[in-house]
Amino acid sequence: MKELTRRKRLRHFLIALFTVFIFVLPFFVSNNYYLSVLVVIGIHTTVVVGLCLLMGYAGQISLGHAAFYGLGAYTSGILTSTYNISPWLAILAGAMGTGIVAYIMGIPIFRLKEHYLALATLGLGLIIHVVFMEEVELTGGPSGLSKGIPYLAIGNIVFNTDFKYYFLVWTVALLAIILANNVVHSRIGRALRSIHGSEIAAQSLGVDTGKFKLQVFALSAVYASIAGSLYAHYITFISPSPFGLMTSIQFVVMAVVGGLSNIWGPILGVTGVTVLTEGLKSIVPQLIPQAGGEYEIVVFGLILVIIMIFLPEGLTSGVVRLYEEWRYRKERADETS
Amino acid sequence: MSLASELLQYLLSGLTMGGIYALVALGFVIIHNVTGIINFAQGEFVMLGGMFMVTLVGAGVPTVPALVLSVILVMIVVGIMEFGAIRSAKRASPVSLVIITIGLSTAIRGIALLVWGTNPYRLEPFTAGGPIHIGGATIVPQSLWVIGTTAAVLALTFFMFEYTYWGKALRACVVNKFAARLMGINPQKMSLFAFVFSAALGALAGIVIAPITYVTYDMGLMLGLKGFVAAVMGGLSSTPGAVIGGIALGVIESLGAGLVSSGYKDGIAFIILLLVLFLKPGGIFGTFGSKRV
Repeated sequence: MKELTRRKRLRHFLIALFTVFIFVLPFFVSNNYYLSVLVVIGIHTTVVVGLCLLMGYAGQISLGHAAFYGLGAYTSGILTSTYNISPWLAILAGAMGTGIVAYIMGIPIFRLKEHYLALATLGLGLIIHVVFMEEVELTGGPSGLSKGIPYLAIGNIVFNTDFKYYFLVWTVALLAIILANNVVHSRIGRALRSIHGSEIAAQSLGVDTGKFKLQVFALSAVYASIAGSLYAHYITFISPSPFGLMTSIQFVVMAVVGGLSNIWGPILGVTGVTVLTEGLKSIVPQLIPQAGGEYEIVVFGLILVIIMIFLPEGLTSGVVRLYEEWRYRKERADETS
Repeated sequence: MSLASELLQYLLSGLTMGGIYALVALGFVIIHNVTGIINFAQGEFVMLGGMFMVTLVGAGVPTVPALVLSVILVMIVVGIMEFGAIRSAKRASPVSLVIITIGLSTAIRGIALLVWGTNPYRLEPFTAGGPIHIGGATIVPQSLWVIGTTAAVLALTFFMFEYTYWGKALRACVVNKFAARLMGINPQKMSLFAFVFSAALGALAGIVIAPITYVTYDMGLMLGLKGFVAAVMGGLSSTPGAVIGGIALGVIESLGAGLVSSGYKDGIAFIILLLVLFLKPGGIFGTFGSKRV
C-alpha cells in the first residue's frame, strides 16, 4: 500500500513537472514555425491519448480515428461559418455528436474482434471520409469549406497567433492526459486492462466487457472530435484531405511508436513522429538538393521499421527497459567490486 | 443501352477489377495464415510489378520475358524485405508487425517515387484490337487477359496447394502451426516462401492491370486496402473465400458506381463490407464460434 501511494505521488509529481515545462517552453521558442509544430503536436497528442486508452488499455484497435477528428472539425467549421453559432457551443456539439455516432456505430462494430474489428473501423472511417468529399452543399466537397472559420476567443482575448493558441491547445491536451490518467487508475481502468489481458476471463469474472469497450471507444472519439475542432479553428480552413485513411494510420503509428500502455507514450510518440517528419522535410533537401518535398517518406518508413524491430513495445517502454538493463548491470558491477 | 446490357457491362468491368482484388486478397490470406501478419505492403507488390514491367518493356524487352523478369524482381525485393525486416522483429507483437509492414510500404512507395516520379505510366495492351461486343456490352481485350490470368493463376495455386510439398507444408502451417513445426516444417522458411509467393501474385496482378489503369507510384495503397477487404469478406483464412470475396467486391463496386454514384463507389463497397461483418462476424466463409481458451 505504501509502495502504491509512493508511485502515485511520483506520477502526480511528474505530471506537475511536465505541466510547468509545457507552459514555460513557448517563452523560449521565438521561431513561429517551431511554435506551429508544437501546436500541431498538442492537437495530435489529444487524439493519440484517446487512441492509447482504446488500444493500450482496452486492447482494441481503431483504424478510423481520423474520421472522428474530421467530424469534430467539420461540425465546428460548418456551425460557425455557415450558421454563425458560437465556436465553443460548436465544439461541444461536435464532441457530443461524435461521441453519440461512435457509441451507436460501436454497438455492432465491437462485436467483432482483432483484424475484423480493424477492418470495420477502417471502413467506418472511409465512409465518413467519402461523405466529406461528396456532400458538396454541406462540406464544400474536395475543395473544402469556402467560408472562413472564425478564431476562438475568450472575452477580449482572440486566439489568432501561434503563441496564444499554444496555451489553449496544450491546456486541452493536458486535461485530456489527466482525465485519461484518472480513468486508467480507476475501477474502469482495471476493467479495461482485464479485457486486454483476456476478454473471456474478464467476462467470466463479471466484467461487462461490451459496455466498457463502447464507453472507451466513445471517449476516444470525443477526444478526437475536440482535437479536430481545435484544428479547424487553428487553420481556419478545412478540406477532406487531412481526415483520410493516412491520418488514421498515422495516429495508430504515433500511438504504437510511443508505446501503448503508458500515459507518456502518446506525447513521446506524437513528438517523435512529428519531429521526424518535419525534420526530414528540412534535412533531406539539404543533403540531396534535387530531391523534392515528398522524398522524406523513404527515410520515415525505414526509421519506423527500425524502431519497431529494436523497440517493439514503443519508445517509452524501450527507454524504461534500457534504463533497467543499465541499472541491473551497474548493480552487478557494484556487487562484484 | 437497355438495363440488361448496362448490368452486363458493370458485371464485366467488375469481374476485371475483381480478378485483381482476388489476387491481392489471396496474397493477404497466404501471408496471414502462415505468419499471422496483416501485410499492408501487399498493394506495393502490385505497384512494383507494374512499374518493373513498364520499365522493361520501355527498354525494349519483349512482353513474355519482361513479364517473367518483373515477377522475379518483385520476388527478390520482397524476399530481401522479409529477410531483413520481418525476420529481425522476433520480439514484436502482432500490432508492431503490422506497423512494420506499414513502414515498409511507405518506404517502398517513397523509393518508387524517387525512381519513377509522379507521372502515370502506360503499358500497351498485350494484344492489339478494338473492344469486343458481347450482348450489348463492350469489353477491351486486356480485360480478358486479366480474367484469364486470374483464372490460370488460381488454378495453379490450387494445384500447388494440393499436390506439391511446399503447398502441403503451407497448408499444414495453416491448419496448425505448432504441429507443422513438430513434423519438421521450418516456419522461417515457410514465412519466406509465403511472402515471396504473395509477391509473385501481386506482381502478376500489377502487370496485367497496367494497360487498363496506368501505373502510378501510389496505386498500391488503395489496391492493398481493397485486397484486405476482399480477404476479410472471405474469412481471412480461406483461399477460395479470398477469391470469391475479391470478385464479389469488384462486381459490387462496379454496380454501385454505375447505378448509384461514382463518387460514392468506395463508400458503397465499405457499407456492404460493414453489413457483411455485422451479419456474419467471421466473414462469409469464415468460421466464427466458440474458441478454446
